[in-house]
Amino acid sequence: MINKKLLRQALPLVSLAVVLVATFIVQPRTMSYFGLNLMLQYAVPIALATIAQMFIITCNDLDLSIGPFVGLVSCIGATLLLDSPILGIAALAALIAVYSAIGALIQLRNLPSIVVTLGLAFIWLGIAVLILPSPGGKAPIWLKSIMATQTPIIPFPIIAALVIGIAIQFALMHTSYGVIARGAGGNPVALTRAGWSMLKTKAMLFGIAGFFGVLSGLSLLGLTTSGDAHIADRYTLYTIAGVILGGGEFIGGRVSPIGAVIGALTLALAGSFLIFLKISPDWQIGAQGAILIVVLALRALVSRTGKASQ
Amino acid sequence: MSKTSSTITLDGVAKSFGAVRALLGVNLVISPGQCLGLVGHNGAGKSTLMHLLAGTLSPSAGTLSIDGHDHTSGWTTAKAQVNGIRCVFQELSLCPNLTVAENARVLHDNIKGRGWKSRAAKLILDKLDQVFPGHNIRADDEVADLAIGKRQMVEIARAFTETTQKLGLVILDEPTSSLDAITARQLLEYVKAETSRGLSVILISHILGEVLSTADRIIVMKDGSVVADKPAEKFDRTSLVAAMGSHQHAGEAAQMALSKDTPRAPAISTIDGSFHVDKGEIIGLAGLAANGQTAMLLRIYSKRACDVAAPVAFIAGDRHSDGIFSLWSIARNATARSYAALARSGLISLKNETNLANTWKERLEIRTPNMDNGILTLSGGNQQKTLFARALASDAEIILMDDPMRGVDVGTKQEVYGLIREQAAAGRSFVWYTTEFEELAHCDRVYVFRNGQVTTELQHPDISEQRVLQASFTELAT
Repeated sequence: MINKKLLRQALPLVSLAVVLVATFIVQPRTMSYFGLNLMLQYAVPIALATIAQMFIITCNDLDLSIGPFVGLVSCIGATLLLDSPILGIAALAALIAVYSAIGALIQLRNLPSIVVTLGLAFIWLGIAVLILPSPGGKAPIWLKSIMATQTPIIPFPIIAALVIGIAIQFALMHTSYGVIARGAGGNPVALTRAGWSMLKTKAMLFGIAGFFGVLSGLSLLGLTTSGDAHIADRYTLYTIAGVILGGGEFIGGRVSPIGAVIGALTLALAGSFLIFLKISPDWQIGAQGAILIVVLALRALVSRTGKASQ
Repeated sequence: MSKTSSTITLDGVAKSFGAVRALLGVNLVISPGQCLGLVGHNGAGKSTLMHLLAGTLSPSAGTLSIDGHDHTSGWTTAKAQVNGIRCVFQELSLCPNLTVAENARVLHDNIKGRGWKSRAAKLILDKLDQVFPGHNIRADDEVADLAIGKRQMVEIARAFTETTQKLGLVILDEPTSSLDAITARQLLEYVKAETSRGLSVILISHILGEVLSTADRIIVMKDGSVVADKPAEKFDRTSLVAAMGSHQHAGEAAQMALSKDTPRAPAISTIDGSFHVDKGEIIGLAGLAANGQTAMLLRIYSKRACDVAAPVAFIAGDRHSDGIFSLWSIARNATARSYAALARSGLISLKNETNLANTWKERLEIRTPNMDNGILTLSGGNQQKTLFARALASDAEIILMDDPMRGVDVGTKQEVYGLIREQAAAGRSFVWYTTEFEELAHCDRVYVFRNGQVTTELQHPDISEQRVLQASFTELAT
């Protein structure tokens, strides 16, 4: 029993280690402060977006709009936030409020989140293209300097990912309100019967997801220094894959924040690894899919052996 | 602890779901310090009544008042909680992905802030110790990892926990259906002790003995209204069954004349020879809950380390998780095991499907106007009948039953017992795990399980509650 659980929890970490070691072998020069920094810097926005997706998956929903949403945030950041910070912040806050309202709507009308968020993806993209028809704009100076932080010994992206992972892990797994959030995925009926409002819970979780989506977009802008509506289109799949890779499940409120961050790091690294292997970009997404399938197959195997020994 | 429970009064409470009138107008007074037994057939309106009290449904007519204050409008689960009304529902209301302690927290809004986890753990463990001494459950066990009996224990104990909100009324719907005999007794004793201290309890159960021995007052429901409301000592088994309106088949009548002399063909035998079933036999699996009986059924089903001579069908006890396809119609659910037989040139013949479903609707008296209705429109007992229909309509010669009578009313049970006997006489074999002693009387032989092993085999005339209990506990006795 305990072995099975430990094994499952260790799997994301093992996958990360395998990809990391493979990268070091293929390209030994990455085994340095500078190399890691360069390789992992884009992991920060991916990790933040993955956390956003994880909050949605916690309550048994799925967000297919997170990629375009991150893109929209980067466009707003590169234009509105730069020109008039107050207006920019108000716009971002409004986006979070919309996310929260979508959560409430999904609960209230009992809508399938996949359909709602798929529609939203086009809306986000449309607004982003209206704001910034072609890539451009400029990141605010403070954003660039945050993302260019140089930390001693351990590269900044690793520290940032660790801090995000541990903070969310504590909030979701170890606080009394985290219990309610996970309970909403585990058995919504039980939660309602215990006197909790699923409407408020879902609105809250979607709002939090929107907040992390905004953080993701801003951190991405800090790295790229200019906005682009399409910059994060791949994020939608990355984030879902990251949550699942990290030990989460689509339904039942079983998620792992640290796992999700590790999953995001693994996917970001896998991208670099494939570049070092000189695999053409056309094949990369397929190769990443293959890595994902291998890890998920391993997980299924672990669960199965655990059950058989019961 | 001092409990100042309040009197809850229902006056002409009625509830309709569309054209279906589930409650016709119930008058009921629940006084402090009373254990109220509630019995009736499946579909008599017991569950509806309880959902109304719990605030998950609101009445279509009538008033609900507490200590004379009208609470009918805006009566919600949250309001019910504030007024100290707790429910243990028949289908479990725990979050499977959370630990035992975390589930306790879900019920108590005020367990928060620093150290909430240890407070929640202490609250639930203390209560488990009180209600079920020797329960062997840890606060950080994830509920999904617990056997169904243990989950039920956690849920019951959780309903009795108290923080700042006072506890007034606990409604237990079939609380013992997944408990073994010992834990069931522990619970009933606890209920008696608590009611004598001023708590009100509503006990809904199909096991009449337990209602008669525990309740102070018994109300009988039939077709959506209360047909009898008397102190418990005014009832006995026969009068209770009579009031419910079903005929009691005497237990003796259930004993079957066995043709022991005719040798039978073996249907199942394990490799190690400790377990075998012959054609036409009804075999009971007994012992304390979760001691390997279900594992044995699954082993037979997957043909692991045993020879199985004929097609097998499985009737699940935990129907919500293992039995029904909740989005399918009743007919689809009943015929799901028979697609091969229904197929015509590779496609399912809808006509055959309808015919098969209607045949079994009649044979099992599944109470529905239309087999094309969703399975969830049926009451619990009728859903279970549908699962029986699925197995019996199929070509299976061996029927495995995993405590299938959980929460099924007396009348339905008798019908199904008769059917099992009839089918066994026709040559089908039954392997029947049950937590109710009375059902073992219907078996030709009984295997008693302890810690995953068969400890004793009892032949028909020797099957008795004492012998089974003895065999379940020999280790503890020595």
